Amino acid sequence: MTPSTKKNPIDLLFAVLTAVSSLSIILLIAGILVVLVFESSLAIHKFGVFKFIFTIDWDPVRKIFGAASTLYGTMVTTVLSMLIAIPVAVGIAVFITEIAPDFLKGPIGVTIELLAAIPSIIYGMWGLFTLAPIMANYIEPALQATLGKLPLFSILFKGTPMGIDLLTASVILSIMIIPFTASISRDAFNLTPEVVKESAYALGATKWEVVKNVVIPYSKLGVFGGCVLSMGRAIGETMAVAFVLGNNHQITSSLLNAAATITVSLANEFTEADSDIYLSSLFYLALVLFVLSFITLFIAKLFLIRAERKYSR
Amino acid sequence: MKTVFKIGLVLAFVLAGVSAQATDTLNGAGASFPYPVYSAWAYNYHKATGIQLNYQSIGSGGGIRQITNRTVEFGASDAPQTPEFLKKNNLLQFPAVMGGVVLVVNIKGVKAGQMHLDADAVCKIFLGEITYWDDAKIKSMNPELTLPHKMITVVHRSDGSGTTAIFTTYLSQACSAWNDKVGHGTSVKWPVGIGGKGNEGVANYVRRSGNSIGYVEFAYAKQNKLAYTLLKNPSGHFVAPNFKTFEDAAATGDFEPGKDFYLWLVNAKGENAWPIAGATFILLAKEKKEADMKTVKFYDWAFKHGDKKAKELVYIPLPESLKNKIRAYWKDHGIY
Repeated sequence: MTPSTKKNPIDLLFAVLTAVSSLSIILLIAGILVVLVFESSLAIHKFGVFKFIFTIDWDPVRKIFGAASTLYGTMVTTVLSMLIAIPVAVGIAVFITEIAPDFLKGPIGVTIELLAAIPSIIYGMWGLFTLAPIMANYIEPALQATLGKLPLFSILFKGTPMGIDLLTASVILSIMIIPFTASISRDAFNLTPEVVKESAYALGATKWEVVKNVVIPYSKLGVFGGCVLSMGRAIGETMAVAFVLGNNHQITSSLLNAAATITVSLANEFTEADSDIYLSSLFYLALVLFVLSFITLFIAKLFLIRAERKYSR
Repeated sequence: MKTVFKIGLVLAFVLAGVSAQATDTLNGAGASFPYPVYSAWAYNYHKATGIQLNYQSIGSGGGIRQITNRTVEFGASDAPQTPEFLKKNNLLQFPAVMGGVVLVVNIKGVKAGQMHLDADAVCKIFLGEITYWDDAKIKSMNPELTLPHKMITVVHRSDGSGTTAIFTTYLSQACSAWNDKVGHGTSVKWPVGIGGKGNEGVANYVRRSGNSIGYVEFAYAKQNKLAYTLLKNPSGHFVAPNFKTFEDAAATGDFEPGKDFYLWLVNAKGENAWPIAGATFILLAKEKKEADMKTVKFYDWAFKHGDKKAKELVYIPLPESLKNKIRAYWKDHGIY
């Protein structure tokens, strides 16, 4: 089918509509950026860029604000939750596509997708009332008794386990992002041509070898895309972590200490921010988060494009 | 699907029309702490007068901003605003109802109302200077309790809140070390402890962690039967948190109409006054007399008919003398 040179009105209308919808997204993002910069201008003036990013202090009473502690919390919870989630999610995807008998594929797939439909506030309440006690009473003491005894790991598991800490928050986050990573990985695995897999089996490869040498290399771009998507979610997730992170503005080496992420600070402090500079600093934090998400997605996209090129050669 | 959408659209228009026609609504926004009692009053007020109150509990900070920008008819704040701030933004202020903050502990064998503490001890605990329950200072006040040699777990709020503002103001006024190191506000830089989100978060951590201490709203402690402590007030008496001691605090508090009732009701002088209480305030736009009169009518009605309901919900109604002072204040400004 070649596109007709004569435009009929419906076609034109359709083209305009789609163009407007896409452009409106760009306008929306630009609008958000403008508002964030405008609202945070007071804090930008007072603290500057580098000083704000590298100041650990967050003291609403003395009106000293810095983003270092919340940036640190955001990065630690994001990285840790990805470390937990990706192996599990890829495992789930492998099981569904390659190993599970047909009658199990449907139910597991639906359950995973249901996990994505649970509102994050539910995860937060569940985390506070159920997961945090379990972490404090069983899992964290166990970690201290085992990994905590090793020389390098010991600094990660110092302190009294309370269940309100970076580790619990990361576990909740990982549960929230597993569905994204898993379903995208599954779709990517499903794209592996049957012929290639069957040829591998015909050559005497075991299931493990097929997954390792055929399926995963073939679909690693898709899996990577899923990871990026879930990273975006982990960076921005708010309510689920707000309940179990404690909102303590500190940089701590121990995963068993309370901390704060940018989103957690915003959710906890926005409504009661009583001075102009306080409110402006919160907007500034939001701006930092906006830029941070933008940069990570940009880098991820860059990798993806590079890998795609290498792959297509 | 299309018809559903159309019906929805029509419905939306009709509803919008109805709400636009209803001029007898009163719009307010602000503090979340008094929201339950305001909405209970509003329900009865609607039944009695047909006027509806639309109150958004978006937090004190939001309430102050909205009335400053004149997007609502009244704002509500847990923290009193200074006369200077009110003057700058052309606002009026009066208290509406009161609440209090109590300390709750979780130590094996210590029941509600058994632990005695004074301001200095509370201050040192929250500064991290007293770290064990069997500290000599605590022991000397509690000779009849057997206190364990266990680390104290301090629990505070992780979210900004009026409760924190009242509690930290109490500490700032009662001990200079706290004032120098931390100060007071809706959220502060806590020297020690873990943060729980909301009263339920603090209560949950106190209950769970053991050998812990935290502060919650009086209503929350009462309804959940938490192990509250006694506190020594400035007149030297140990008092328990209850309606009587809160009313005593309110009666001896110096609410001055000339200062737009600006007052933190902490360390009140009364003999039986509970030392950590606070009123929650209503802010009005000075130049909008008509809207102010609507708001004032509602609160005047609530002052007359709302005390019982307030007590049911564990809020402390204002004493009669203070209500009369507020009415005089309204009159002075020509809105009553």
